[in-house]
Amino acid sequence: MARTMAAKIWDDHVVAAREGEPDLLYVDLHLVHEVTSPQAFEGLRLSKRRVRRPDLTLATMDHDVPTIGGRAAADEVAERQMSALEENCRREGIRLYGMGNARQGIVHVIGPELGLTQPGMLIVCGDSHTSTNGAFGALAFGVGTSELEHVLATQCLRQRRPKSMAVTVEGALPLGVTAKDVALGIIASIGVEGGRGHVLEYRGATIRGLSMEGRLTVCNMTIEGGGRAGMIAPDDATFAYLKGREYAPADDHWDAAVERWRALATDPGAIFDREVSIDAARLEPYVTWGTNPGQSVPVTGSVPAPSTETDERALQYMALEPGTAIEAITIDRVFIGSCTNARLEDLRVAASVVRGHRVHPKVRAMVVPGSASVKRQAEAEGLDALFREAGFEWRDAGCSMCLGMNPDILGPGERCASTSNRNFEGRQGRGGRTHLVSPPMAAAAAIAGHLVDVREFN
Amino acid sequence: MEPFTRITGILAPLDRVNVDTDQIIPKQFLKRIERTGFGPFLFYDWRRNGDFILDRPAYRGASVLVTGANFGCGSSREHAPWSLLDAGFRVVIAPSFGEIFKSNSFRCGLLPAELPEPAVRELITLSLQEPGMEITVDLAAERISASGFEAGFAVDPFFRECLLNGWDEIALTLRHEADIARFEAKRSASRLS
Repeated sequence: MARTMAAKIWDDHVVAAREGEPDLLYVDLHLVHEVTSPQAFEGLRLSKRRVRRPDLTLATMDHDVPTIGGRAAADEVAERQMSALEENCRREGIRLYGMGNARQGIVHVIGPELGLTQPGMLIVCGDSHTSTNGAFGALAFGVGTSELEHVLATQCLRQRRPKSMAVTVEGALPLGVTAKDVALGIIASIGVEGGRGHVLEYRGATIRGLSMEGRLTVCNMTIEGGGRAGMIAPDDATFAYLKGREYAPADDHWDAAVERWRALATDPGAIFDREVSIDAARLEPYVTWGTNPGQSVPVTGSVPAPSTETDERALQYMALEPGTAIEAITIDRVFIGSCTNARLEDLRVAASVVRGHRVHPKVRAMVVPGSASVKRQAEAEGLDALFREAGFEWRDAGCSMCLGMNPDILGPGERCASTSNRNFEGRQGRGGRTHLVSPPMAAAAAIAGHLVDVREFN
Repeated sequence: MEPFTRITGILAPLDRVNVDTDQIIPKQFLKRIERTGFGPFLFYDWRRNGDFILDRPAYRGASVLVTGANFGCGSSREHAPWSLLDAGFRVVIAPSFGEIFKSNSFRCGLLPAELPEPAVRELITLSLQEPGMEITVDLAAERISASGFEAGFAVDPFFRECLLNGWDEIALTLRHEADIARFEAKRSASRLS
C-alpha cells in the first residue's frame, strides 16, 4: 500500500503496538537543553533509573545563555539551571556542548549543522520547535518534561499515530519573498490551530526550490500552525548539505545511507488526511500585527479592523489603530536571530540589505547567530564587521531575545521587528510588542526606523 | 502521579481563545529546576495588570478552569500544567488544546477535558452568572455535571486508565524491555559515535 513519508518513518520505529494503546516508538536522537530537562533528570534520580542510551542523547545550552559577557553575565537562577545540566550530563555520560564549546548553539540549529539530524530518524527534544529538524525528512517533534524523562529512561515514547496533511506550495517565489514568508503565509492560510493532530508534509516545486536553511525555517514554524511535526522529503539538496558533516555517515556508509534515504519519500498515490495548496506567486513579505503568528498582513497592507474580541485584545496590546499602514509603524528594536532565522544564509541575506547603510539612530538592533559555528563562519566572511559598522550589535550564539530567558529582553512598550517565531504577549519581554518578519525585512526596518517593504528598499 | 477519578470544585472562567503557554507561565519563571512552586506565577502578567478574573474572591480556590479553544498552544513547557496544578486546578475544560500541552497535562495529572464550543460557552456563561458555582468532573464516567448542566466527554482511553490509576508511564514501558532490546539489536549500533 502506498504510504506517506511520515507513515514510513513511523512504521520503522514501532517497538510495540497494542490494540487501543498508543504505539511505543523508538527514538533515534534525543536532544536536550537546560530549561526543560532538570525535572526529568531529577525524576530519574528519585526513581533510581538511569539514562538508557546516553550515546543517542546530546545536550546543549541555548535558552538561558547570555549573548554578551559570557557565563558570568548569567543571573543566579540561570546559572543554577546550566550547572544542573552539566552535572546531569556528567553523571549520565551525555555529551554536552555547553557555553564556550565550539559546537554550542540553539539546539535546532546545531542538530542539522553537525549532521546529527538525518533523514528517516525519529527525533525528539523538550522544545516545541523540534519540528525544525523535519526539513531533512525526519519525524521530529517537541515533547514535555515527563515525556523527556520517559525517553531518557527507555529511549522510547508512546504516541498515537497522527493524521497527515500535505501542504503543497507551487510556483516561483516573488522577489523579496523568503522561506519565512512562506511559513507565515501557510499559517495565515490554515490558522494557528489548523495543523493540530497532523504531521505536515511540505511539498511542491517552491519547497523543492528552497535551500536547506529555508526548509528549516518552514518546518520550524509548523508548531505555530498547530502541527507538532513538519517535514520535507530528502533530495539531492539534503544529501549535499549532509555530506561531510561531523555526524553524517561517512565512507562506505554514505552510499547505503543515501539509498535508504531516497526510499523515504511519500509513495505516489499515498493518501493524506488533508491537503492544502498554496500559490507561491500570491505570497508577499508578511508582517504580524497581532499577538499570534496567524495575525499577519502583507507589508503593503494596513492594520486590519478587528473582527473578534481576540483581535481587539491583540490590537490593544500592540497599541495599534486599525487602518494604520504597516509601513507607518515605527520600531525601537530589531532582533535578527532564533532557531527560525539565525543560520548563515539568514545572516547573509540580512547583511546584503544592510550593506552601505546605517541603523536608524532611534533603533537598537542586534544580530545573534544561531550557533557558535554560524558565528565563526559569518566572521570569516566579514559579516560581523559589516553589521557592526552599520550599528548592529554582534552577539554570541543563543536563543537570545526570541524568548527573553536571558538578559536580552524588550522593555515595556518597546516595539520590535523580529525574525523569531512567536509574537505572543510578553514573549520578548513583559509589555514588549513583537512584529514577526523575515531577515531582510528586519534588516530594512533597522535602517528605516519603521517597518518597510524590502522590495522598495535600497 | 496522583490518581484522578472524580472531583467536585469551583468552576472558574477564562473567556479567551488561543491562550498560549507564555501567558500561562511567563518565561522568566522557567528557570526553577523543581516541578513545584509555579502556582504563584500562573498567568503572572495578566494578574499584574489588575482585576484579573481568576483573582476575584468568588473564584479563589477553583479547581476547574473553563476556557476557549486552543488553550495551551505554543511552547512545550510542562511548567504550564505544573503551574495550573500548583495553583489548585485539576481540570481544564476547553473546545481544544495545544497538542503538547494536552499530552503534558495527561502525564502530570491535570485533566484536559474537551467539550464542544456551545457547551463550553454555556459553562462560561453559567460561571459568570453564578460566580463560585461548583462543578463535578467524573473521569471514570466521563461526565461533567453542574447545576443545570450535564455533558459527556471523551479522553484517550490509555491516558484515562493512567490517570484513573495514577500509573507511572515509564514503569509501564519498562515492562516492554524485551521488545525494546529486540528492536535495538535489529538497529545498527549508535549513530552518534
